[in-house]
Amino acid sequence: MNAPVNSQRVAFKARVRTALGDLNLQRAMAKARGGFVDKRREAREALPEFDAIRDAARDIKDHVLANLDSYLELYEQKVRENGGHVHWARDADEACRIIADICKKAGARTVTKGKSMVSEEMYLNPVLEAAGMKVVETDLGEYIVQLAGETPSHIIAPAVHKTREQITELFHEHHSPLGYTDRVTQREALVNEARSVLRDRFVSADVGITGANFLIAETGSNVIVTNEGNGDLTSSLPKVHIVTAGIEKVIPSLEDLSVLLRVLARSATGQEFSAYTSIYSGPRRSEDLEGPEEYHVVLLDNGRSTMLGGVYQPMLRCIRCGACLNHCPVYSAIGGHAYGWIYPGPMGSVLTPLLNGFDDSVDLPNACTLNGRCKEVCPVRIPLSDMLLEHRLEQHQRKLTSPVGRRILSAWAWLAKRPRLYQGVMAIPLWLAHRWGHKAGVLRRLPGLSGWTDSRDFPVPPRRSFMRQWQDKERT
Amino acid sequence: MSRSESTPPIRVGLFVTCLADLMRPQVAFAAVKLLENAGCQVTVPRSQSCCGQPALNSGDRTSTIGIAKGVIEAFESHDYVVAPSGSCADTIKNKYPALFAKDMRWVKRAHALADKTWELTSFLRDKLEETGVAASYPGVCTYHDSCSGLRGLNIQNQPRDLLGKVEGLQLAEMSDSNVCCGFGGLFSVKYPDISARMAQDKCADILQTGADTILGGDLGCLLNIAGRLRREGRRTRVFHVAEVLAGMTDGPAIGEEGEGK
Repeated sequence: MNAPVNSQRVAFKARVRTALGDLNLQRAMAKARGGFVDKRREAREALPEFDAIRDAARDIKDHVLANLDSYLELYEQKVRENGGHVHWARDADEACRIIADICKKAGARTVTKGKSMVSEEMYLNPVLEAAGMKVVETDLGEYIVQLAGETPSHIIAPAVHKTREQITELFHEHHSPLGYTDRVTQREALVNEARSVLRDRFVSADVGITGANFLIAETGSNVIVTNEGNGDLTSSLPKVHIVTAGIEKVIPSLEDLSVLLRVLARSATGQEFSAYTSIYSGPRRSEDLEGPEEYHVVLLDNGRSTMLGGVYQPMLRCIRCGACLNHCPVYSAIGGHAYGWIYPGPMGSVLTPLLNGFDDSVDLPNACTLNGRCKEVCPVRIPLSDMLLEHRLEQHQRKLTSPVGRRILSAWAWLAKRPRLYQGVMAIPLWLAHRWGHKAGVLRRLPGLSGWTDSRDFPVPPRRSFMRQWQDKERT
Repeated sequence: MSRSESTPPIRVGLFVTCLADLMRPQVAFAAVKLLENAGCQVTVPRSQSCCGQPALNSGDRTSTIGIAKGVIEAFESHDYVVAPSGSCADTIKNKYPALFAKDMRWVKRAHALADKTWELTSFLRDKLEETGVAASYPGVCTYHDSCSGLRGLNIQNQPRDLLGKVEGLQLAEMSDSNVCCGFGGLFSVKYPDISARMAQDKCADILQTGADTILGGDLGCLLNIAGRLRREGRRTRVFHVAEVLAGMTDGPAIGEEGEGK
């Protein structure tokens, strides 16, 4: 499942149908739905200046994006001064090649990974596996989806689509050969079993690969926040630590970090702070007791630089908190996999066409009611729904949308621009629909609108439109 | 309630909205009644059809501009433009000016229209500062917050304040009243599976309250909700908030059998 997912137009609708019919997925999503939302609201209410901090967070990211080249250069210089290596990757293939080379040079047999969406973006795991390495995801959610042969369905809760029963079965299947023969069902027991299995992997890993929530330019550090501490074991135990990050992750200073951290966990999980916030600044120094011998940072562009200076630049502010997913009623109905690529929900619907090609993701910006809840909760105030509309404008301009739909729309618009004619023409379907259905009050079926009437009745329109009735009234 | 005889009446142009025009004329009649009761002189410009949202949300900027120009011209002479819909008012107020960003003459006219455009309940409550309502509705109602009105125009308390004055009416809030019902205009036709699923969730929240009536300020949502409730065989009544405030609830509710207006 790690290969690029086909996201043709038909496939999106097929995936949606599958998702809506998947009882396990629906049960898991229903359970997750309220939790994130309530916890964020409580965290927000407990911090009166939350919205002001969001403004400050937005301003920091905007400042960085306006000066990205200088901050990246400063960051690179600082990493080098700390004894680390910085690698620049134009695209996913180049990034995979760089990482695979580092791993090979280190003679790696086992590679542990902390959670990294960027490594998902570059399809790193299959590349390393093809080179003969054993890749172990150490974030619990990532570990679960890896066992299931899937990809994350949420950017911070990768296995949110799985029920506890499914996890029990997965663990039983994969852990029995390791001697864990009992079926564990309780949350804590599941965590403990995973922890125990993973503990051995941490110790035997030759290379650890993590993502980065932030890169600090003034110190050349990378910051990761987790609730499991797996990022720390992945970073500090193996002799080689590789950090993967998009180029937009750099921020100027630790002071800026303190602002961004105040909105990150609150927006993501409703926590004031994640359990572990760790800052790494290079390989082990001579006086250090532990830490990696080598420290590499692989900075991925993969289309991000083309977003600079354009209408989509605000999307590069994204700090991957997942709040827009948690608050999106579409995401909550269909889950993350239906979106077809690694970034789901509103942020994914904006990003996927930009990073993974417009033509294969026509549905994403359209499969949204523009309800604006995502924009409302974004900690760095990305106008997500406006950007989805921006995509639609571009799709229309490039004629990527359905030709039939476009023809119907332009016929309607032609008519709407001529109100008197419009009022006359609209009288016909009105009269027909009314005649057909007024006794019942609703139409059970409506030709041309079966999408609506398959699952909903259609309230019957009146015999005469308001405009007609009003004109009659004015005449008398 | 009425303004005194000496002050000149406020001239309001009613933006009917295409859905009230075609699907529920009584909502527009109710809006006229409420505005006239509040002392406004209401006219309904003949030259109107739709605010252009279906075109805009489909990415057709050119068509939207064409429609928007017609709306701007039709309502230029009025003191205020009032629409019984948060979604259409939001489009005129918050989306029109951006359409004309490169056209100095039209951007000015678009801004002028935006500045005087109001959603109905917000106009009554915030602008006219209406405090009384001459209506009664014996029943327990729950209120759905439409997304565009809520997030684009901050409409949340206004309809509730006004409903609070309706004799006999009890308000029972549903959980997630601010979550989308799944209508989304053409979304409901293009992605009916997702839309229906969201409508189903919304209906579950509505039923949970035990309310006998669901109210809202946008017909799109209400048609969607009524359509789903009827398909589920529920008898929960669906009205636009204006109909209740104007005391026009004697006829069939949205989606109910019988000869409505």
